[in-house]
Amino acid sequence: MSGFWQDATERLRANPTAVAALLLMSLVMLLSIVGPWFSPNSAEALDWTQVASSPGLQHAHWFGTDRLGRDLFVRTLAGTRVSLAIGLVATLVSLVVGISYGAIAGYVGGRTDHLMMRLIEILSGLPLIFFVIFLTVIFGRGPALLFFTIGAIGWLTMARIVRGQTLSIRQREFIEAAIASGAGTPRIIVKHVIPNLIGPVIVYATLTVPQIILFESFLSFLGLGIQEPRASLGTLIAAGAGEMEAAPWILLVPGGVLAALLLCLNIFGDGLRDALDVKER
Amino acid sequence: MTTTPTLQIDNLSVNFAGRQGPIPAVREVSLRVAGAESIGVVGESGSGKTQLFMAAMGLLAGNATASGSVRFEGQELLGASAPVLNRFRGSRLSMVFQDPMTSLTPHLRIGAQLAEVLLHHRDATRTAAWSAARDMLRRVRIADPAHCLQQYPHQLSGGMRQRVMIAMSLLCNPALVIADEPTTALDVTVQVQILDLLRSLRSEFGMALILVSHDLTVVARVADRILVMYAGRVVEASPAAELWRAPQHHYSAELLKCAPSLSGPLLARLPTLAGQAPRPEEVAAGCAFAPRCAAATEKCRRELPELRGSATRQVACHYPVSP
Repeated sequence: MSGFWQDATERLRANPTAVAALLLMSLVMLLSIVGPWFSPNSAEALDWTQVASSPGLQHAHWFGTDRLGRDLFVRTLAGTRVSLAIGLVATLVSLVVGISYGAIAGYVGGRTDHLMMRLIEILSGLPLIFFVIFLTVIFGRGPALLFFTIGAIGWLTMARIVRGQTLSIRQREFIEAAIASGAGTPRIIVKHVIPNLIGPVIVYATLTVPQIILFESFLSFLGLGIQEPRASLGTLIAAGAGEMEAAPWILLVPGGVLAALLLCLNIFGDGLRDALDVKER
Repeated sequence: MTTTPTLQIDNLSVNFAGRQGPIPAVREVSLRVAGAESIGVVGESGSGKTQLFMAAMGLLAGNATASGSVRFEGQELLGASAPVLNRFRGSRLSMVFQDPMTSLTPHLRIGAQLAEVLLHHRDATRTAAWSAARDMLRRVRIADPAHCLQQYPHQLSGGMRQRVMIAMSLLCNPALVIADEPTTALDVTVQVQILDLLRSLRSEFGMALILVSHDLTVVARVADRILVMYAGRVVEASPAAELWRAPQHHYSAELLKCAPSLSGPLLARLPTLAGQAPRPEEVAAGCAFAPRCAAATEKCRRELPELRGSATRQVACHYPVSP
């Protein structure tokens, strides 16, 4: 498999748009981690002399401040870090659980498939908000819970997509050839089914990250997710939306970061799919 | 002393579940492959020739049931569990499929696919497996094996891919290779190369070979012994040369007439066999070929002819073609 990934990297490098998207995305990620160190301000300190000041160089409030006088540069970066972490971790969970669950259901088929898919239907039939409130009551609010709930629902659609793809791959002749050469079921799933799923899975995963970031901001808006004084892109945008006539930068700064991130993710996902598709050369 | 035959099929029947009762695809076929012989199985589409070996490999579709017995090197394969089957499949008993375009996993390099067989069955190290794969590609006459190992299936031509499939089937030094229409998806010129390759590899490796085809000329090029199937039954079993010279079943005779010949007189039109093969669920009592047979009598329509004859040559016909 190492050769396969090596090839994919080479093909990805030949795609300038995807590389640019990857670089920009990495830059934002890196900044969200180390950026706050460069600013003299902290994410939670209130500066009453500079309430809702516009972006500029005074007092090192490069992106301006919000209505409580907190520095937007640092807050946006801290929020980006939280949103990205939730998006990536939840996507990873949905990839791991969704792919294994879907591939097993689709490949094994029959009664197993039936049972596994009914379970998914039951889970996706649960009213989501009720489910989140229920968990919040039991475990208390916190980012850990957010990771868990979003991860727990994120894999359902992934599993469905993977199962559907597996059903069609299972009919292909190279699977029959693999059975005829004595490969057992686990080996076939790992070596011959999952690698052929990569295209649709990658595309769906890159669409999942933005979805999850948006879902997180929705939960935070309802008071079930990230709470003040902590910030996520979602809460920052929600706060900025209230001030958008008087101080548009409070909305535009986090909104711009979110839009740039989502665009980069989508472009990169597209490039990745092309790079992983052996036949597209 | 009698040695265990490589493959012994006894009274194998395969039925598919149909809306109006079972649809028989293979009816009470018996077949014995001793040592390193080369057997050709010929029949029209739907004669059951593929299902016969799918049953032997444990590859039947979910709605099919098989009865009878398939013993490979003394081990019963019919109804055996997947782990038992996997001890044989791909190592002692391997298969070459009809369509090399779709039988290779698209995202894996040729080398990785070949090596996987050895990693799985032989616990070889990665380096050893890759170098064995390269040697095998050379033996199936691929010009630049090192380069071929690095390629993906879609970068190879059909003939190359079929060579790769053949190399894969030979990797573990099998006792028997079943080639199911190995040349049907290929150009005529490539067909001949692949067939000649199969023939010479068989003597090189000393394995048994079963070649399944609808094309009598293809089978005749490779096989020592030919089985002719019609409507799920073996209607004639004969050494290849004798079948070619003097077929005994009317169906075999008609098939031979349809085979174009380069040496014979130029015909304006190839002869064809009138009528259609019966659908499996519509086969009446008596000889299945009777409705299309010029020599059929009332007895043929009433009574099923048994496969009879000498040890080397059998025919299932009440009125065999006289030599």
